Amino acid sequence: MGSVEKETKVFDSEAASSMVKELRGEFLSGKTRSYEWRVTQLKNILKMSEDREQDIVKALHSDLTKPELESSIYEISMLKNACTLAIKKLKQWMKPEKVKTSLTSFPSSAEIVSEPLGVVLVISPWNYPFLLSIDPVVGAIAAGNAVVLKPSEVAPATSSLLAKLVGEYLDNTLIRVVEGAVAETSALLEQKWDKICYTGNGRVGRIVMAAAAKHLTPVLLELGGKCPAVVDSIINLKVAARRIVAGKWGCNSGQTCVAVDYILTTKDVALKLVDALKHELEGFYGKNQLESKDLSRIVNLNHFDRLTKLLDEDKVSGKIVHGGERDKANLKIAPTILLDVPQDSLIMNEEIFGPLLPIFTVEKVESSFDVINSGTKPLAAYLFTDNKKLKEQFVMAVSAGGLVINDTVIHLAVDTLPFGGVQESGMGAYHGKFSFDAFSHKKGVLYRSFAGDAPVRYPPYTKGKLAFMKALMSGSILGVICALIGLSKN
Amino acid sequence: MNISMELLRDFSSVGAGASRAFSYPFTRKTKQRRLSFVYLIRTSYSFKSCSATLSLTAEVEEKPKFDVDKAALLARELRKSFNSGRTTNYEWRMSQLKSIEKMLEEKENDITEALYKDLSKPGLEAFVAEISQVKSSCKLALKELSHWMIPEKVKTSLTTYPSSAEIVSEPLGVVLVISTWNFPFLLSLDPVIGAISAGNAVVLKPSEIAPATSLLLSNLVEEYLDKSAIRVVEGSVDETTALLEQKWDKILYTGSARVGRIVMAAAAKHLTPVILELGGKCPAVVDSNINLQVAVRRIIYGKWACNNGQACIGVDYIITTKDFAPKLIDALRYELEQFFGKDPMESKDISRIVSSSQFARLARLMDDDLVSDKIVLGGQRDVNQLKIAPTILLDVPEDAQIMQEEIFGPLMPILTVEKVEDSFKIIQSKPKPLAAYLFTNDEQLKKNFVQNIPSGGMLINDTILHVATDGLPFGGVGESGMGSYHGKFSFDAFSHKKAVLYRGFDADASIRYPPYTTQKQRLLKAVINGDIVSIILALIGW
Repeated sequence: MGSVEKETKVFDSEAASSMVKELRGEFLSGKTRSYEWRVTQLKNILKMSEDREQDIVKALHSDLTKPELESSIYEISMLKNACTLAIKKLKQWMKPEKVKTSLTSFPSSAEIVSEPLGVVLVISPWNYPFLLSIDPVVGAIAAGNAVVLKPSEVAPATSSLLAKLVGEYLDNTLIRVVEGAVAETSALLEQKWDKICYTGNGRVGRIVMAAAAKHLTPVLLELGGKCPAVVDSIINLKVAARRIVAGKWGCNSGQTCVAVDYILTTKDVALKLVDALKHELEGFYGKNQLESKDLSRIVNLNHFDRLTKLLDEDKVSGKIVHGGERDKANLKIAPTILLDVPQDSLIMNEEIFGPLLPIFTVEKVESSFDVINSGTKPLAAYLFTDNKKLKEQFVMAVSAGGLVINDTVIHLAVDTLPFGGVQESGMGAYHGKFSFDAFSHKKGVLYRSFAGDAPVRYPPYTKGKLAFMKALMSGSILGVICALIGLSKN
Repeated sequence: MNISMELLRDFSSVGAGASRAFSYPFTRKTKQRRLSFVYLIRTSYSFKSCSATLSLTAEVEEKPKFDVDKAALLARELRKSFNSGRTTNYEWRMSQLKSIEKMLEEKENDITEALYKDLSKPGLEAFVAEISQVKSSCKLALKELSHWMIPEKVKTSLTTYPSSAEIVSEPLGVVLVISTWNFPFLLSLDPVIGAISAGNAVVLKPSEIAPATSLLLSNLVEEYLDKSAIRVVEGSVDETTALLEQKWDKILYTGSARVGRIVMAAAAKHLTPVILELGGKCPAVVDSNINLQVAVRRIIYGKWACNNGQACIGVDYIITTKDFAPKLIDALRYELEQFFGKDPMESKDISRIVSSSQFARLARLMDDDLVSDKIVLGGQRDVNQLKIAPTILLDVPEDAQIMQEEIFGPLMPILTVEKVEDSFKIIQSKPKPLAAYLFTNDEQLKKNFVQNIPSGGMLINDTILHVATDGLPFGGVGESGMGSYHGKFSFDAFSHKKAVLYRGFDADASIRYPPYTTQKQRLLKAVINGDIVSIILALIGW
């Protein structure tokens, strides 16, 4: 009886509040501060990813018909990498960083101590529902925090698997999963957290940050944006086309925050590029691409309808040069390329997040920078070129979360690079050591002894003291000596 | 050194090229400048010296209100300036920083005077805690900027082989700095230095509660800095609200947690990241095995000699053992007399309370029934001069108001505990402070304190000085704020760290691409895990 009641009980504010209180109590016990606890949990995550790889692949297939290779590479392997790195480096990351001190506080020593923030909340999305759930959790644990994870209800199989796996493999006194949708998320957001990491869209990002403001909770927002790929004429077209296909359709059918959203190229390159893309698409996914097993489906009907609306807009429907087929029953849309869509079309004004790729042509490749900068800052921007000058200009002039020259998406696999957006594409960053830092407070600590106490600091303030302090602060040794022997520099 | 200079030249010339590529013809640029000049005159809402002769009503009529429209216009204008690329330029940043340095040299007396007017801040405090701090920030930025701006090379992994990667610091855009009245000069310009170093356009809103400094800042910024990218908006709630409605690329606010929440909620609407420098009750734990005289002097320095306790990192209260408290109080009494004389109300070496509302708040804390009989030293006040003497209260109850809110004034409660370690629980039971201090010679106690007491920053055996250490980040945690600045952290606080990965077209491995086969999968996994043996096994088809 009791357990049935428990199951049907909704997760409301009250439930959220008592859970946070419990976790905070456990956090204050100091358990998460120890290196051993952190490493044990990280090792368990690694074990879980190895033991349960098939379950994870299955859940991802059920939620998105995600191809096994995409699941095991982009989700599971990436996560295992993050975990392995954290396990390997944790001791080093936890060590206080010694810093130099100045003459003003002589004699002294100083260090920056990384301390856990407390109890943190991770809200993850449905497109990489495994990776984007556990990857931030790895950072939170490495930094010694208690964590609550709220996976997306739009990927229900993965959400329930995560709840099960975390229950089975991790320390549930400090690490929890709360499943649910808007009501549960709202209940969670009412609580006081020490950090919130949200991955999703800008609209909800604003809601999360506004809720966080009530408790002065810092936020890490991983949002999206229209990630452009600029294609210059002097390139290896075949390789570029493959990498664009991989960074669009090979990435969850374009349902990826760093996927190529649209292409910018010159008129003369555009046609050649379309041919190359068509050729590679056929090589990758066969003649009937709607049927390919190597492509994810659209996550749900809402998104399917949103995407078909983008395709069916009057201004756009005549611009399809490849694909366009759809299968509503199976939520599939074939890889679709659109050439010369107008800038004021819907498809050029919202994040596409699906298998549609508009190609926008410009007179000179440099003008593409203006097109990019006229929109909001994307999470990633890509450039294909062999022109060194153009590369330099791109890196200087185009603002985005991250940039890749001559490839797509794989900057996320470089753990020495921070992953995070700017402006509309988000704030804060993680990955590698940045994950540890994102969930740590950097406490500046200065150590002094009782020796060497100079009365010049203290009242009553005399002219001599002022002269001495001025000399000391400006690092003028001569001035210090003058002041000490009572000479005025003036 | 040479390499970095080379890189730098490369960097800035690319910058010039890029801004040219954006095709802002020269004519348009001059027109833009003329426009902004007209705008400045029309909306000159700052009190000019001549307006002092006008009656108040005339002044209200004369002074165009800085409303949402004006704020929007200002933000748009600065954004245009920023988009032109001028602030990104190394030379521009250096020239502005140099102008600030020049301004500090030339206007030191004006600044000291304004601070005296606002807070009767003693000259030495004005110099040591404000002017010289801004100076050293500026100096450091001037010295290090070329290094800070160089992209940071990072290692890449086998997964992306062959490739190279770097982290490029790029300006965020147009940023807003809202400063406060207690160190109205330092806490205005120090963040502005960071914002300029990182190549941003900046609007500074100084506090209306320190009106002389606010006006001076407005005049000085106009006189010394590039108006097309750096502005001061004077005002209070209305003006701040108008500013907060605009879209900024970062907001740095120094002040109270209450307003901090408002600032962050306003920022959320535009997804603007914030740095909040708030306060909190900063404790000083005093152990018994110490050099009492030095400890006491440093506590006084960190309380009364620090703007009379009106400092976000000032010592808020002391925790010590029951046995040691009487000795500590005697020593405090003795040193206070050495510093401020027999009658501290007459001392010129101590700031006054900033305003009558702050005075009333502090008086209320002292008059609380729970604490009024706990005063063991001081307690005198003069409402006309807004002075309160250094006041020590012993054994105040934890539920008294004085132990619930940040004191921000010359009142010092001393809590006593049986064992010095018991102090940890008291501190941990309160919101995280901006600073925590410990006086001890016990190495183990130091270690425990650093490990277990959460706080923005920490200083062992002294007060305040950690904020003058530019290798340390200055910032709070929890209720004491978020984000940090000072030294290179200031540059980082106003930069976006853009990840850049470079690849060539050669060595394109087809295993990345569909159709996906089992062998591809095995090989890819091995590559991603960096497992050489597995790579070889997969390659030979095992």
